[in-house]
Amino acid sequence: MEKDLSLGEFIITRLIKASGYSAIVFVTLIFYFLLREGLPTLGEVELGNLFSTRWYPIESYYGILPLISGSLIVTIGAAMVAIPFGVGTAIFIAEIAPRWAREILKPLVELLGGLPSVVLGFLGILVLAPNLRILLDLPTGLTALAGSLLLGAISIPTVVSVAEDALDSVPRSYRDAALALGATRWQTIWRVTLPAARSGVLTAIMLGVGRAIGETMTVMMVTGNAPVLATSLASLFSPVRTMTATIAAEMGEVASGSVHYHTLFFIGMVLFIISLIVNVTASSVVFRQKKRAERVLS
Amino acid sequence: MNRNLVQRLGFGLLSTVAFLTVLPILLILGYIITQGAPAISWEFITAMPYGGMRSGGIWPAIVGTFYLTVGTAIFSVPLGVAAAIYLSEYAADNTLTRIIRLAIINLSGIPSVVYGLFGLGLFVFFLKFGTSILSASLTLSIMTLPVIISTSEEALRAVPQAFRTVSISVGATRWQTIRRIVLPEALPGIITGIILGLNRAAGETAPILFTGAAFFLPRLPGSPFDATMALPYHLFVISTQIPEMPFQIQYGTALVLITFVLTMNMLANFIRSRARARRQW
Amino acid sequence: MKIVIENFSLQYQDGTESLRNINLEILPNAVTVLFGPAGGGKSSLLRCLNRLNDLADVQKMAGRILIDGQDIFEPKTDVTALRRKVGMVFARPVVLPMSIRQNLTYGLELAGERRPSKLDEAVKRSLQQAALWEEVHDRLDDPAIALSGGQQQRLCLARSLALQPEIILLDEPTSGLDPISTGKVEASLQELKKDYTIILVPHSVQQAARTADYAAFFLQGELVEYGDGKELFTSPKEKRTEDYITGRFG
Repeated sequence: MEKDLSLGEFIITRLIKASGYSAIVFVTLIFYFLLREGLPTLGEVELGNLFSTRWYPIESYYGILPLISGSLIVTIGAAMVAIPFGVGTAIFIAEIAPRWAREILKPLVELLGGLPSVVLGFLGILVLAPNLRILLDLPTGLTALAGSLLLGAISIPTVVSVAEDALDSVPRSYRDAALALGATRWQTIWRVTLPAARSGVLTAIMLGVGRAIGETMTVMMVTGNAPVLATSLASLFSPVRTMTATIAAEMGEVASGSVHYHTLFFIGMVLFIISLIVNVTASSVVFRQKKRAERVLS
Repeated sequence: MNRNLVQRLGFGLLSTVAFLTVLPILLILGYIITQGAPAISWEFITAMPYGGMRSGGIWPAIVGTFYLTVGTAIFSVPLGVAAAIYLSEYAADNTLTRIIRLAIINLSGIPSVVYGLFGLGLFVFFLKFGTSILSASLTLSIMTLPVIISTSEEALRAVPQAFRTVSISVGATRWQTIRRIVLPEALPGIITGIILGLNRAAGETAPILFTGAAFFLPRLPGSPFDATMALPYHLFVISTQIPEMPFQIQYGTALVLITFVLTMNMLANFIRSRARARRQW
Repeated sequence: MKIVIENFSLQYQDGTESLRNINLEILPNAVTVLFGPAGGGKSSLLRCLNRLNDLADVQKMAGRILIDGQDIFEPKTDVTALRRKVGMVFARPVVLPMSIRQNLTYGLELAGERRPSKLDEAVKRSLQQAALWEEVHDRLDDPAIALSGGQQQRLCLARSLALQPEIILLDEPTSGLDPISTGKVEASLQELKKDYTIILVPHSVQQAARTADYAAFFLQGELVEYGDGKELFTSPKEKRTEDYITGRFG
């Protein structure tokens, strides 16, 4: 009996430890498969072609620059939405809002985070894009701008919750000290609380932007999917195509092992490395990190 | 300028920003509900689609999402909870543990479409599971893992250390302490995390695009090796791939999807707040 | 001799509280008091006696501790059996999040006892020994957290007694209690010492003097003086002991 117990305990403990290492195994596996399927493209496509401005795989043009620029411009647009609204809402919730307002705002923002991205994309097609077209007098509403607005909305919950956590973790005594010196609450927020929470707020912005780069369905549905090199912010008003949308739209139709297939994996590899850099940088910022993973899943 | 006036203007600005942030959320919900409600009927929920999916119901998509969610739970719940137990109860504060944490953070940041690529490479081709519920569930499981691990670990860590010490002091082993004291106390928090994680998986499209989603199936999937329809993918299909799709069916599908997702979210919040109210420590 | 501590030294990784070359022999059926200022190593020593220190970050340990002639740090020692034999009550009353009854039967069930009659018997006996039976016998299935602080601490005492240990370690068990509850706990100790070996870290010199059959004075990891309780508190041999008892430091 005693012996059985300790044997059972031995096995369970081993299983638990093995599970503990699983995250490392999966990250390694993911990276391995991206390399395995993506690196061959470097041998199959000339670098001049790969880093050209023309993406037209049917005729063997594999220029990924338009896709990178597409991701970039949509993400910049999303950041311009998510940073002011996300950080502003976080400050409002953490520092200004009365209790009742906080209890309404927080669940609503969480609710936005829970909406499947395909639903936002769907509304983007049916509601947002037609209105943008009329409002801005564009040939089509399916533009980088539509993608940016929706991606901004998708990033806001991440920004709000991480930034609010950062503001919350500023010690009460900092605020009390500032107020005791005669500062108004507004001055306290700007000169004491916000600077003290600076690194956390930056982390929030980075994770929000990271989410925007990786988002797939919404951008595929609303950005018009034209692989045109975006050269300035004016491209916001024309159709673009992002890296994620390219993979999602084309992977279904390519033959396994073809040049096109390898190139799509290569793009996935670039995305993986970007998210790696964003997340490693963000997590190296000293700040309460425990809830992070829960929020940034994209 | 008078600094009290500055404060009043500033507060006004920020409350406007917060209001503008949540207003679209309410509008989105209201709009989908009013537009989608007329489509909802018993037939819409329980019938197969027909006529190029422009008529009939969405039953196979609902069933498919259910299968995928259950499949995801089978893999990700035991693994995720066990990993959380390891991090909270066993792991020492050393380099290996820091690497594990970094890996979890990275997993949580990887774009969902990259999970799709990985699932295609590993499960569909390398392991030869094909485009199937199994491949899609496994892909979604790995994507869900970081959510389950981090919320479960948080719930486990919230159980007071003193309970563990007392349990050990009356002759319990470490595992007995976990099973009889720590896990039961952390259970509501763990369940909340599991629901939030699975909910996210249920609403995802990109990871299943090339690993298990079917455009249209005339019958329900019969085994884990069959491909399946799924609610989010179905919404994507009928809103982008099929011309002259009746709006009502689109909005109805969107309504069913968000009802499912939001109900799960509310359930998770309910379990969390009830456990907090009942907590004895 | 119930417990023999030989040349025992201990050091933690973070460099806090340590023990240096302790030699101590503890007699059965008596209350032995370990006292002295905070950080002197009393609690550490206590936690070594049932190997609860296994959970802490111990950097270095030397010497031996024998209980009934057995070295408890030997690899073949059954640690869970040791912990059942050496019960412990902590400074803060920590009741497990379950009913009063379950708190008492938890350890027994872990040890494999399933018979309801045995369990009921242990519940009643341990509650009586901890002077709590009268107050709770009609609500054994209530959550233990509903008890008052003093009752909770007696429940914790009863919890270790339920396992029928031979030795009971008490680490400032009355530090959070009111004088009446403290009195009850101290009274139970005087009863219990007839059957058990009791080692107490008191929360004040006064309590040490009231309860000690034998007393050991610890200062900064060193055992300064050890002897009969009455003698040590009335005519200490060491200057440092005298200074502490008379309140010159600590």
